[in-house]
Formats: sequence, structure tokens, C-alpha cells
Amino acid sequence: MIKVGIIGIGKMGISHLAILGAHPDVKVVGVCDTSKMMLDAIEKYSPFPCFTDYKKMLEEAKPDAVVVAVPTKYHAAIVEELLKRDVHVFAEKPFCLNPEQGAPLVALAKQKSLVNQVGYHNKFVGTFQEVKRIIDGGFIGEPYHFLGQAYGPVVIKAKQDTWRSNPEEGGGCLMDYASHVIDLINYILAPITDVKATMLKSIFSKEVDDAVFSMLELSNKVTGILSVNWSDETYRKMSTSISINGKKGKIVSDANELKVFFKDDECPAGYSKGWNIRHVTDLTPEVDYYLRGEEYSAQLDYFIKTVQGKVPNSINSFESAWLTDRAISLIRKEQR
Amino acid sequence: MERILFGDNQFFAVNHISDEKSMAQSIKFKEDSAIIKTLDYAMEDGIQTFMCTTHDRIANICEIIRNNPQKYKDFKIFPCMPYAHKYANAVTELGITGTLKQYVPGNFFGSLFKGGVAFLSKDYLKIMELLIDAEMKMFKDIKTPVIFLQNVITDMLLGLGMTDVLVAFHQYVEKKYDAEAGFITMNMPKLLAVLEKAGIENPIICSSINKAGFRMSGGKALYEETLRTKKFRAIAMQVLAGGAVSPKEAIEYVCQLPNIESILFGASSRTNIHETASLIHQFDPVKQH
Repeated sequence: MIKVGIIGIGKMGISHLAILGAHPDVKVVGVCDTSKMMLDAIEKYSPFPCFTDYKKMLEEAKPDAVVVAVPTKYHAAIVEELLKRDVHVFAEKPFCLNPEQGAPLVALAKQKSLVNQVGYHNKFVGTFQEVKRIIDGGFIGEPYHFLGQAYGPVVIKAKQDTWRSNPEEGGGCLMDYASHVIDLINYILAPITDVKATMLKSIFSKEVDDAVFSMLELSNKVTGILSVNWSDETYRKMSTSISINGKKGKIVSDANELKVFFKDDECPAGYSKGWNIRHVTDLTPEVDYYLRGEEYSAQLDYFIKTVQGKVPNSINSFESAWLTDRAISLIRKEQR
Repeated sequence: MERILFGDNQFFAVNHISDEKSMAQSIKFKEDSAIIKTLDYAMEDGIQTFMCTTHDRIANICEIIRNNPQKYKDFKIFPCMPYAHKYANAVTELGITGTLKQYVPGNFFGSLFKGGVAFLSKDYLKIMELLIDAEMKMFKDIKTPVIFLQNVITDMLLGLGMTDVLVAFHQYVEKKYDAEAGFITMNMPKLLAVLEKAGIENPIICSSINKAGFRMSGGKALYEETLRTKKFRAIAMQVLAGGAVSPKEAIEYVCQLPNIESILFGASSRTNIHETASLIHQFDPVKQH
């Protein structure tokens, strides 16, 4: 059994807690939050020990690994403390408020050989994994353009403020929504290293951006466009997609459906020249416990397996999430 | 429960395999009359139960049903609550406490005494009851013999080990609405074990059951074993596995399984509704002989 603690039981934390609670190799040894409203509910109805001070939780419950799901501005300090105490860490995304905060943590985790993962769950979505396989195999040839998009109905009218509406605390569409797409582009194609221009738009929010439109260049000189808007109520929930043009074909994929066009017969087994469609139903391995999407269970299962030494610490490492933080900072700097 | 239950995903752009189809459905069902027309097609095939989320637009449909008592005299609705995206999107923006403030009826700290007291004293089950009452308002004077808890909530409570809350839902729905509680889940064998242990006998459980094994957590074999050996009232949903299995194959598989009381499906066109309903009728007798 891996002893796991969790710090922060907001929207993502509560979901992680439920998944960990159902995991056969996990014993939840501590749940920590400063909101009494949530913590009291856990204390009253769940079997997990509760804490309001995370250091006290670390001392008393002695977890092997901790999930950090607090607002982004607290990530750096808490993650550093955990690493110093030799605790494996799964942190929610985005990793830190800026790349300067994250860099020493990447180094520290490496130096101490501790498992480190960040919650960019799209990498565990079957269709996006298949896009990566097709690109890496060179089946659509050399990519020359991409379009990364995400739309959803988060802020659809002017409303009261929370930490998500404060730019200093990691709020806004760029940090919260666009980070998913940026991370996916980094992973599938190559890290974003240059930004040509950015438009950050506030639509309903006063302090933060509700939409991000940006022209990007990757380390391999491929260029493309980022278009993200969390104030689009024509979407029922967040919809993330990526389309990639290559010299031998084209891929258009969201989390449900992958459409790929091959110019010739040199394509992966099971595919043929012309258009092909694959659905997530055919590409997703079953999980033992499902909540909101297979990818959420799969990413925590991967984290636990990494702690157990069963799989390498290669997907969603701090280092890859740091590259995403760096891209976010580049995108912000080039705002016009 | 009737053998066939008609679902509502198609009306609210819920499509598990294509975002494009979602948008097309959203356009097709823009007017309430399009929903009513589709329900009419289902009724033509003898389907008299509509299982639907507590989406805001269902309130309009309920109004139409109330205004045509003769036409809908045998018609029943199985409400499924809550409409989770409403809350999920609100939580991203307002946080959990902010969302409760927005959706628990009345003014927390003011006029509605019960709500204010429940919130301040952290009487969570009372807050749950208030939320159930808020969601049930739209179904006034409509037959709702079974009331479901949506899978995202059922499964979250399951993972959090909050069995008492599942039991409280079961009891409240019976006491207040004279209805049976149903549970939608993506983790049927795990949920059943927990409900059995909590003393809920023969629960109504709606879960994905399909030939492709899609969204059958723990695996298809475990689901089949549970259906064979355990006592509960099973509803099969996602029988077409989002299109991964042909309709004929899909229905044949579900109809030959033991212990499935009802099959839930949704469709947008008269042809598809008729085809699926006919397939169920076609494969049903095979099982009995």
C-alpha cells in the first residue's frame, strides 16, 4: 500500500481524493484543507483523517506521496517543502505561477530522485495519445502548421471574484484553460520556444483574460496558432482540440474523435490512404474506477505505479510542466 | 419499470464520440417543440418513460406535459439529478462554497430559515435535501416514480466512502416524493457491493452495459458475473457504446444478459428510435425461450 496525503480539496482535489479512495493500492492517510466547509464534510462522512495544517499532516500521517491541489500561488512553497521531506509529489496544473518559481523544484526533484508529476490529464486521453503515436511515427510527414484550441462556458457573465479571477494567483483563461492546450502542443509536437504575437482578451472578467489568441513557434521551428476562450457558452463543457498539417497528411483530433488524412499508403496498421476516423471508445483502456473520464483515474494510477517503481517517471514530469509554464510566460510577454 | 426507457442526451448535445455531432444536436433541438416531437416518436413505439437530467429546459417540457394531461396520462419521467455541468462550471468560477451559495434555494443567511441554518450548522444532509427539492420543483404534478442520482455524484460519493449520503438520498426520495431512488454509475459492481452492505435491498442501478466493454469499470466479465449472481434492478445504458458496436449486435448482446430490467437509449430520429425499439422487441423473446 502506498500512503497518500492530499492538500486541497476544491474541484480537482475532491475528484483526486475520490479516485485515490477507490484505488486498491492506495491508503489515504490524510486530507488537508483550510476550508472548514469542505473538510468538515469529509470528516463527517468519509473514513479519511483530516488536517488543517499540512505540515502537521506530514508529521503525523507520514505519507509516501502527496497530491497538491491548492490554488497555483501556493504550489511552489508546498512542493518545495514536500521534496525537502522526501515525499513524492503529484501537483495540479499549472505547475507554478512562473518559470522562475518552478526551475529550482525541477532540479530538486531530480536531485532527490523523487517521483514528480503534474495533472495535465489530456496526455492520458486515448485520442491524443494516438495523435502522438502518428506524429512520432512520421506518418503525416513533416508537420508545418498546427492549431490548438479549447473552448468552454466557464465565465459567461460578469460575476463575483475568486482566486481564479486574480492574475497574481494563477487565475485567468491563459493559466487555467489554455495551459492544457499549450502542454498538449509541447508534448505532441515540440516545446514552444518563441511567441510572435498574443492577444489576451477580457470578455466578462475585470482583472483577467477570458480568451487567448497567440502565434507560436516551436523548438523545431514549426509554427502555429493557439485559440482558447472560456467564455463560449455554445460549448456544454471544455472542448480541447488540436489539428496538425504535415507534408504527407493532416490530423484533427479532440478528446472524443480523431480524424486523420494520409496522402499515401504509408500509414499505421489499421489505417488507409485518405480520411480515417477513430473514436476514444476504441482507444481508451478500461480503468478500475471511473469518475468524470478515464484519464483522471489513469493519471493517478500512473503516479502510483511510478511510486511503486513499476513505470518510469516520464509522462507529465515537473520538467515538462515547467516547459508549459515557460510557454505561458512567453505568451504573456508578447501581448499586443 | 418499463422495458424501454427513453433518454435525453441527444436533446442536450451530449455525445460521447463527436463534438461535431454535439453541435448538430444542439442546433436540431433548439426549439422545445423538436424535443416534444421526438418524444412523440418514442411514444408511437410504446415508450412511456422519459429518463432525463434536471436541465433547465426540461422545465419547459414538463409544462407542456402538464398542459396536455390526456395525451400524457400514462407518461412518466425519471429525473436524474443534478445536471452536473451547471454546477461543475460554476465551481470552476465560484469555488465550492460560492456554488452552494448560488444554488441552494433562498438566501443562505437571510429569508430562508431552513437553508441559512443548514449552511451555518453544516448540516450537509439538510443541504442535500434542499438541493433535491430545488431540482424537483419542475416536476410538480408529473409522475416521477424513480428519481436518480447522476453518476458523477454517485461515483464521487462512492470513491469518498460517503455511503451515508447515498443512503440518505435513498431515504429522502422515498419519504418526500414517494419514489424509489435510482443510482447511475460507471462503477456498478463496486456500487452494488457498497449499497448491499449499507442494507439497501434490490437497488435500482443504471450503468453502462455494452458488448464493447465501454465504461464498464472493472471489466465486462465482472459486470456479467454481477448480473448473474447479485440481486438488483439493472438498467443498461450506453448499450451502443457510442457507436462502437452495430445496433443489432449491441441489442442482441444486452437482451441475452440475465437480470436486466430496463434498457435506456436515446435517439434523435424517428427511424433510429423505431429501429432500436424493434430490435429490443425482436431479441427479447429469444431470451425467454
